[in-house]
Amino acid sequence: MIASLAAEGQRTKPAPFGHALATLAETRRDIVGMTADLGKYTDLHIFGKAHPERYYQMGMAEQLLIMAAAGMAKEGFTPFATTYAVFAARRAYDFFCLAVAEENLNVKVVCALPGLTTGYGPSHQATDDLAIFRAMPNLTIVDPCDALDIEQAVPAIAAHNGPVYMRLLRGNVPLVLDEYDYKFELGKAKLLRDGRDALIISSGFMTMRALETADLLRADNVQVGVLHAPTIKPLDEETILREAGKNGRMVIVAENHSVIGGLGEAVASLLMRAGVRPSSFHQIALPDAFLDAGALPTLHDRYGISSAVMATRIKSWL
Amino acid sequence: MSEINVIALSERAYRIRRNALQMGEVQGQGYVGQALGVADVLAVAYFHSLKLRPEDPKWEQRDRFLLSIGHYAIALYAVLIEAGVIPQEELESYGSDDSRLPMSGMATYTPGMEITGGSLGHGLGIAVGMCLGLKQKKSASFVYNLLSDGELDEGSTWEAALSASHWGLDNLIAMVDVNNQQADGPSSSVLGFEPLADKWTAFGWYVQRVNGNDLGALVTAFDNARAHTGARPRMIICDTLMGKGVPFLETREKNHFIRVDAEEWQLALKVLYKGEAA
Repeated sequence: MIASLAAEGQRTKPAPFGHALATLAETRRDIVGMTADLGKYTDLHIFGKAHPERYYQMGMAEQLLIMAAAGMAKEGFTPFATTYAVFAARRAYDFFCLAVAEENLNVKVVCALPGLTTGYGPSHQATDDLAIFRAMPNLTIVDPCDALDIEQAVPAIAAHNGPVYMRLLRGNVPLVLDEYDYKFELGKAKLLRDGRDALIISSGFMTMRALETADLLRADNVQVGVLHAPTIKPLDEETILREAGKNGRMVIVAENHSVIGGLGEAVASLLMRAGVRPSSFHQIALPDAFLDAGALPTLHDRYGISSAVMATRIKSWL
Repeated sequence: MSEINVIALSERAYRIRRNALQMGEVQGQGYVGQALGVADVLAVAYFHSLKLRPEDPKWEQRDRFLLSIGHYAIALYAVLIEAGVIPQEELESYGSDDSRLPMSGMATYTPGMEITGGSLGHGLGIAVGMCLGLKQKKSASFVYNLLSDGELDEGSTWEAALSASHWGLDNLIAMVDVNNQQADGPSSSVLGFEPLADKWTAFGWYVQRVNGNDLGALVTAFDNARAHTGARPRMIICDTLMGKGVPFLETREKNHFIRVDAEEWQLALKVLYKGEAA
């Protein structure tokens, strides 16, 4: 439990990324899997077992991982390169930017431990990855919510022509979106439920938290809508503006990322540019700080991204 | 080996140097010292060793030539013009607005430029990925990567060096241009890199070290690199002289970026021509 995102008894699916990629690779001969000594920890080992001849262990060398993925893409392959988000964002940035993005190569970088999904402390907590990557031209950024989202995002990003950064939930991943009329579409935000009092715009597992928060607040007769925006870049501006502009309701952006440079600031600047004014605007995000080490549930409470804390804060804003 | 090897390599090297000087004159600047130094290596690579079709720079069966030292773009343009990949008349556009020949090498701008270099230490790792991809495709093509001694400062180069021998990349031929000059001074004093052959050998490479301005030695080294039967990547360390072919530039106090005064470009071309005739 110390490191799990799933609550006790919550429905989960094992390694949705690895299984989805292995399945897709049966028909897509151009797909190769590459990793930097984290195959087992990014669920890529599932792909590796299914397609050993297309599985490349590149060693604990993230710069090389991204360069080699660029080389593979230049030879017509579609590499899925995996590591932890901290290493892709902080260590391999230059290689991702120039060797991959500048040439708009077909490289998909899929990274575990985004935001606060481990209690290992700042060396492993990628609280800044979206801020770092949003400024990279040509790059598409995806932050899926659950196992269903991941399964559907894999073929979608493979079909997209160009580089993609995808945040990954690994291992036994919660399953929640199957209860909604939802299908992942690259570049699209989806309204999962409506609510007159407030709208939470969220990405990643924070959409799961937003749905839980909406349930908690319904008991107090507070109606909260949830708009899931798994594509961080390019943002689905049309849907966000339409939903954020409804009834002048409060808009809250909830994200598993630093308050600086992520989805919250992206939405805020979009609303300002478009002249859309909600009754008030709030961010639920991680602080601009190096976070503590510890147990994940404790840290989620401490930094305000558990549903209980979210519900309390939203009530205080109403 | 190449279909286009009909003119003597010394004549090719001369024309590469001439093209580079003419481009330098267009902008009044450029990495001409490096271009003059590495012209013989490029002449042997492009007109003796590489398999390519100038009229079809993306020909699937070509050998790939990666210039990770984007700063040397002027040298690569000079050889691509000589090979007929880039039309001669484009030489005049070097470094100009909307030109296909920007000051630093960009794959998205220039036919025949396989990668975007400039941020150093990218080439060898991309070469590793391309070699793996070519093997996955069961292609017989080679990947060549020209590095500089300054580029050996970059740790990413050594990640790639480890990987190339780990994967037994016998379709990889790398060259290091050792002119012992980088931005802040002599490469050996910025960050010592010798003994270079020992280092690459210890990393599992088949290594040769040659005078990079000796066409005969280069031909032998490039032939050996292709013919070597070990499942190992191949390295040719090329010791070159900055400004080679223009004596007053060879002896100029060496900076990374040689200063050439406006009236000296034509003089350099004249001296280069005389050297060739003699």
